[in-house]
Amino acid sequence: MAVYSTSEFRSGLKVMIDNDPCAIIENEFVKPGKGQAFNRVKIRNLKTGRVIERTFKSGESLEGADVVDVEMQYLYNDGEFRHFMVQDTFEQYQADPKIVGDAALWLKDQDFCFVTLWNDAPLAVTPANFVELEIIETDPGVRGDTSGGGGKPAKLTTGAVVRVPLFVQQGETIKVDTRTGEYISRVKE
Amino acid sequence: MQEDWQPSCNLEFLRLRAQLVHGIRCFFLERGVLEVETPLLGHGIGTDPQLAFFTTEYCSLPLQQRLFLQTSPEFAMKRLLAAGSGSIYQICKAFRNGESGRFHNPEFTLLEWYRVGFTLPELMDEVDELFATLVAGHQLQAAQRISYQAVFHQYTGLNPLQFCHQDYCAYAMANGLPEAVALCGENHLLWLDVIFSHKIQPQLGANGLCMVYGYPACQPSLARASANNPHTVDRVELFMNGIELGNGYYELADAAEQERRFNKEIQIRQEQNLAPVIKDRRLLAALVSGLPDCAGIAIGLDRLLMVLGPAATINETLSFAIDRA
Repeated sequence: MAVYSTSEFRSGLKVMIDNDPCAIIENEFVKPGKGQAFNRVKIRNLKTGRVIERTFKSGESLEGADVVDVEMQYLYNDGEFRHFMVQDTFEQYQADPKIVGDAALWLKDQDFCFVTLWNDAPLAVTPANFVELEIIETDPGVRGDTSGGGGKPAKLTTGAVVRVPLFVQQGETIKVDTRTGEYISRVKE
Repeated sequence: MQEDWQPSCNLEFLRLRAQLVHGIRCFFLERGVLEVETPLLGHGIGTDPQLAFFTTEYCSLPLQQRLFLQTSPEFAMKRLLAAGSGSIYQICKAFRNGESGRFHNPEFTLLEWYRVGFTLPELMDEVDELFATLVAGHQLQAAQRISYQAVFHQYTGLNPLQFCHQDYCAYAMANGLPEAVALCGENHLLWLDVIFSHKIQPQLGANGLCMVYGYPACQPSLARASANNPHTVDRVELFMNGIELGNGYYELADAAEQERRFNKEIQIRQEQNLAPVIKDRRLLAALVSGLPDCAGIAIGLDRLLMVLGPAATINETLSFAIDRA
């Protein structure tokens, strides 16, 4: 794997730190007029999702991490693992709940999502920005309400709970922004 | 074709810069300080191991020579002082290789001036007066003066003049800098740089000028040793809103001491496999002939524009930053 020096640290670059794959978020060059140059780097640990700050001496280098984001189709959940497939190659991958994490709340069979692979093994799953899911449980709406001031909780087929306007009914399909968990609109069947 | 031909800054910063430079010239004209120009391209260069320089090839057949782009006009200006110029100032470009970031552009603009007969506190008075003129219109706090030792102790509880490895490590572990332990090891100088630049500097000069003086003698500089404390030198640094703006000295005039510092830095360069330099013999000769007692300081004008703008990055103050120069 390639080796990257502090001056090559760009947002999005994947490197190995303390044996974990990490993504560079931000890299600030810090140098007193008379003194050592540093790079203060903000890093996301791709295994834990935690963001940390770490200072390096300018010119130090880190080993690159073999991390790629691949678009895959979510196939099914066998109770233990969730299974994904790359459409072009039919190559399949399985991921346990620890790796799928909160993405599980937005995964519907046949939907596309991004699977982050580290050394060809799933590391994380990112759902599409917008998904369409059916409401399986919500209080009956108030007749005549069209704006949805206030709203009510609605449970979706995946188990996710989102706030929806009062006029939205059980059995309807809605569009949700997975980054914020917010209701966007109803979807006409 | 999609070329980024447009300026890095918005046009308001061109006007602000012109105003700043005009203000500086008026200030020094009134005080009888002479404006000078010295070469950007020279045969000699500073030995500071922390400064990387640009080299160029000068073709003057049959000779081909390596010339340097100046990292600061200090040596040339000191030669003018030794020649009897009296107090002088200069607004010029300086070049530092590899320095690029939110606060750095490899080519930047300096205001540097020297006051014959001034001590460091007198120079600090003048800095204060200059800032009062330049930033008139901004509601700023009165300038603050604090010693390096006091400010270091205030923010960290540590003594910067006495290295206690255990205390420094404990501080780093407790204050979100655990990597400093491995990074700095037993290197006192490195510890001071890490802690000062990460934990102290960002808090200095909130909406006003902060002048920190009395730097540890172990840090590289061309300052004289303090008369009252041999562990410190007569050096001042300027900070505003956490940004380092300038660096000044009660200038070292002792040629023998200057040569010792050159030799020490050249040795460090060799140990660290850095680009080789030869010491500037012309500066040493000027010091031997006699540098008048003087205090001098350099202020980064692009950084000052960042504070006055305000701008979040140095690029926003430059007509064309390095990426589109």
